[in-house]
Amino acid sequence: MQAIWVIAKRELNSFFDSLMAYIMLVLFLGFSGFFTWLFGSDIFLVGQASLGSFFNVAFWTLFFFIPALTMRLLAEENKTGTIELLLTKAVTDQQVVIGKFLAVFLLVAVALAFTLPYPVTVASLGNLDAGQVVCGYLGLLLLSAAYISIGLFASSVTSNQIVAFLMALFIGLFFHLIFNVLASQFTGGAGLFLDALSLSQHFESISRGVIDSTDVVYFLSVVFVGLMLAEVSLSKRTIQ
Amino acid sequence: MDIRIETLSKRYAAQKAVDGISFEVKTGEIVGFLGPNGAGKSSTMKMITGYIGIDEGDIYIGNQSVKQYGHLLKKHIGYLPEHNPLYLDMPVIDYLNFCAALQGVPKSDISVRTRMMIRLCGLNAEKHKHIGELSKGYRQRVGLAQAMIHDPEILILDEPTTGLDPNQIVEIRKLIREIGKAKTVILSTHILPEVEATCDRILIINKGKIVADGTAETLRQQVSGQEVVHVQLEDADRQQALESLSTLPYVVSVLPTEGAGLRFEVKSRGGHSSRRDIFRLCVDKGWALTELTPVETRLEDIFRNLTVN
Repeated sequence: MQAIWVIAKRELNSFFDSLMAYIMLVLFLGFSGFFTWLFGSDIFLVGQASLGSFFNVAFWTLFFFIPALTMRLLAEENKTGTIELLLTKAVTDQQVVIGKFLAVFLLVAVALAFTLPYPVTVASLGNLDAGQVVCGYLGLLLLSAAYISIGLFASSVTSNQIVAFLMALFIGLFFHLIFNVLASQFTGGAGLFLDALSLSQHFESISRGVIDSTDVVYFLSVVFVGLMLAEVSLSKRTIQ
Repeated sequence: MDIRIETLSKRYAAQKAVDGISFEVKTGEIVGFLGPNGAGKSSTMKMITGYIGIDEGDIYIGNQSVKQYGHLLKKHIGYLPEHNPLYLDMPVIDYLNFCAALQGVPKSDISVRTRMMIRLCGLNAEKHKHIGELSKGYRQRVGLAQAMIHDPEILILDEPTTGLDPNQIVEIRKLIREIGKAKTVILSTHILPEVEATCDRILIINKGKIVADGTAETLRQQVSGQEVVHVQLEDADRQQALESLSTLPYVVSVLPTEGAGLRFEVKSRGGHSSRRDIFRLCVDKGWALTELTPVETRLEDIFRNLTVN
């Protein structure tokens, strides 16, 4: 447990030292703020005391930003060889993977925490459904966790950060969009199956304000499978 | 802690990198691992440190199998990998603190250990610099510092003195000798005099197999087994000297060495010495004996002998 935290802390420090964290925070808050308050189907256009438009924007920005955060986690260590030094310390492969996962998750959580003034502001404008807001944030956290684990896996199979980024986007795109589109093309079992795989369906159902155990189980299983595959590919030690 | 390696093998695709090697290293012993590039030195070290898996055979560290308890044994090992990969974006002091924490050094001892390592490795002036700013020699010191930060009982050093200047090499060797008194050290190197200077025992590995194991002395005997001396005379006739030296009882061959002087290379039969005979001869003939030096087989020759086909 201590080792996981030591690794997570180092990764977080390195995010903040390399400006990556600040760039991510500014871009995320800029994008989501712009589209929530100023442009497109923003809160004033919708005219309801609801954070639906924010959750919709965050749903897309996180999809793009998370691969940018996860791409270097293992790919860089593979490239520079520091992975050898890290894995010969008194840590297991699993602790390394979870530690790195935790670092990005905390960074995303911090970014989301900075948007907490939004619900406070909206609540002063009208009657805000607190349950829906809590569920929306929970949905964003679960979605981030899923994309981080996908990104971590993509980063573990290569020593090239760009490849890791594109691969994470590509895999993410299936969950984000393609399963959903395909589901509408099929009827019967195949359609239901693809629908169940679609991340956007589960996110929507949570952000509507209902925490269904199937949705939570879905996100947690994506996280679990992603981290497990990352650990397996790390344990192969084939990337030089 | 002792290290015992039993018929260890490692295969990369079709190529056998390590081929059934066995040896033992005792506490307080410094073992030099020699071999040409690609002989399997680094692979063996990586298996000891638990970085790569073991295909066949096993490694026992303090009687515990690395195959079974590898993850628990890692805390007893300090490792300096071949190219000394470090996080270049971290300051030296932060990096050492990070390594100490990862190795399970108690929180209260971390800063003490880090300061001790900084002093021991001569990094005091550089401790706040980022590792990326350091020269190769200083990075090597950081690599050594991180390997020893948790006071491990076993040190595995893959080419520890590459990139260091001669003064630093002497210092690092001294440091290794110092540490090696109470610990188990395996170091690999290409620099042959280094092995003689620092190691108690030499292991030469070639094509995944151990081809020699022993001290520098025993290796020399194994290879040569014959006494060779250089003899220089004055007041003698060249031809006559050559003939009388050849007739000594144990002498196998006498070769005049290059140059004008009366200098010969005298080889004796295995297990016998001709030095007394040569001296007697000179006394009898009234020659002045100005040089009588035994020629040691150089480690380089032994190495070449064993590893070239």
